[in-house]
Amino acid sequence: MEHNGVRILSLSDSALCIELGQGIDRETNARVHALCRAINAAGIAGVAETVPTYRSLAVHYDMLKTGQDELISALLPIIDGIGSGEHAEGELIRIPVLYGGEWGADIETVAKLNSLSVDEVIAIHTAPEYPVYMLGFLPGFCYLGGMDARIAAPRLKTPRVRIEPGSVGIAGEQTGIYPIASPGGWQLIGRTPLSLYSPAREKPILLEAGMRIKFYSINRAEYERIRAGEEAE
Amino acid sequence: MSKISFIQAGLFTTVQDGGRRGYQSLGMPTAGAMDTYAFSLANALVGNDINQSAIEATLLGPTIEIDTDCVFAVTGADMGATLNGQSIALNRAYAAKAGSVIALGPAKWGSRGYIAFAGGVGGSMVMGSRATYTKAAIGGIDGRKAKNGDTVELLCPKAELRNMALRHAPSGLIPPYSAAPTLRVTPGPQSDYFDKAGFDALFGAEYTVTAETDRMGCRLSGANVPFAEGKNGNIVSDAVAFGSVQIPSGQPIIMMADHQTTGGYAKPCCVISADLPLAAQLRAGDRVRFAPVEINEAQAIYRRHMAELNEFIRIIEHGFIYRHRPYYTQLNGRGFAVTVDEIV
Repeated sequence: MEHNGVRILSLSDSALCIELGQGIDRETNARVHALCRAINAAGIAGVAETVPTYRSLAVHYDMLKTGQDELISALLPIIDGIGSGEHAEGELIRIPVLYGGEWGADIETVAKLNSLSVDEVIAIHTAPEYPVYMLGFLPGFCYLGGMDARIAAPRLKTPRVRIEPGSVGIAGEQTGIYPIASPGGWQLIGRTPLSLYSPAREKPILLEAGMRIKFYSINRAEYERIRAGEEAE
Repeated sequence: MSKISFIQAGLFTTVQDGGRRGYQSLGMPTAGAMDTYAFSLANALVGNDINQSAIEATLLGPTIEIDTDCVFAVTGADMGATLNGQSIALNRAYAAKAGSVIALGPAKWGSRGYIAFAGGVGGSMVMGSRATYTKAAIGGIDGRKAKNGDTVELLCPKAELRNMALRHAPSGLIPPYSAAPTLRVTPGPQSDYFDKAGFDALFGAEYTVTAETDRMGCRLSGANVPFAEGKNGNIVSDAVAFGSVQIPSGQPIIMMADHQTTGGYAKPCCVISADLPLAAQLRAGDRVRFAPVEINEAQAIYRRHMAELNEFIRIIEHGFIYRHRPYYTQLNGRGFAVTVDEIV
């Protein structure tokens, strides 16, 4: 059904997909996160968990406690309540990155592809604040917006069998960080010593959808120092 | 510490529970049992909470030795289970003595069997769940499938349970497992990516389960599902559910327990919760059809199934008293409260 420009769709017999827009943009995504917070705060009977994505919010529910029609009735006033205005920006998290070398083996390729120096690639990559639009693909994997197209690079023709956790890469006009070891085809430009995902930690996953991140360049000594601190936790 | 030991680990045997709930927004899949119904039933038979941790076997079951007296039950696919060499029935609780060997073999039908032990099994707990999710190497036995010689703790083994004779699920309680099931589906969020020709193909054809089928997804091959004009299989990534049918490029994939939380492919429909156990038992070469139902009907079917399971649990936990009825009556002007216990 459609309600004031919002599409309320069935994802399954126990989940709804509330679509606030069609494209990838900061304003639509900010509304998704505002709606997510409002629904979580409302404590609606039967709502099990919410999953924000680029332009929609999934609401998983327990159908032994509520039904689709009943849940939609409870959600409509909340959907109306978020409006289309400005929303508070999420928390800014600074992410240290050791660029180049064995930690970012493809940084020279990325530089060459874009007729830039390695230092220029680092300067461009550390300049923006990247919104965390959503998490998915792997535990703790952030889909970030806002990368400068001047450092865009295609995926590797042959993906690597293993990419180390913390690796920072570029694929097309996207940048991202691998939270756990995984195969992957992104061009790697650096590595963060922070553990994005650490299952035994009280807060296992560091970054949440709705936050903003900013990368800053560190040297080898700082990398080792921060890494040692992370491993001691 | 009481434990079970894997003499033979089987093909892909893991600790599973009701799933890692509440972390999908962080990209963490729920994992958990594939055939949630058989899993719940196994727990119910041994007096556990239906989401308690248990063993999930795949295609070729394990051989397990227990080092303490414990009640257990085997459900799901028929893997020809034996207790100390004697055949035992599926969907029935047995009391076994310390040193007993429970052996499962190749599945005669289906692909996933469950062994639940009264009191539950251990394994590492991550984010509130013991469910094994091998891709992130978490939960259960070091986040991986069991290998020969592994041991798993029995959390709170029970040598006996009351009403053992009642701990046998009637056949009416078992889903209609089949090598050629019709899976009922409700609409997905990208229903508008497909027109009549697409749904005619999807609902008209029989699909074959391919060998690339695992805990993450059941890949099918068969009639190509065309997209509506101007559409293709790619979408702006959104959330995925257990049972979501994805069509990346014409061939359907049913997303299963280990599915990623989000995905970038069109989802025309989703297998209903009541039929997911049938999907979980599919193996390579099986044949599948899809049939549409309304959401309200899907929810009513699921509620009915769970009500029947809960009624069975009530009977086995409270014994022969089948129904407890209070009456009020008057005799010679005086009031009497009378209760009648109906027995089976």
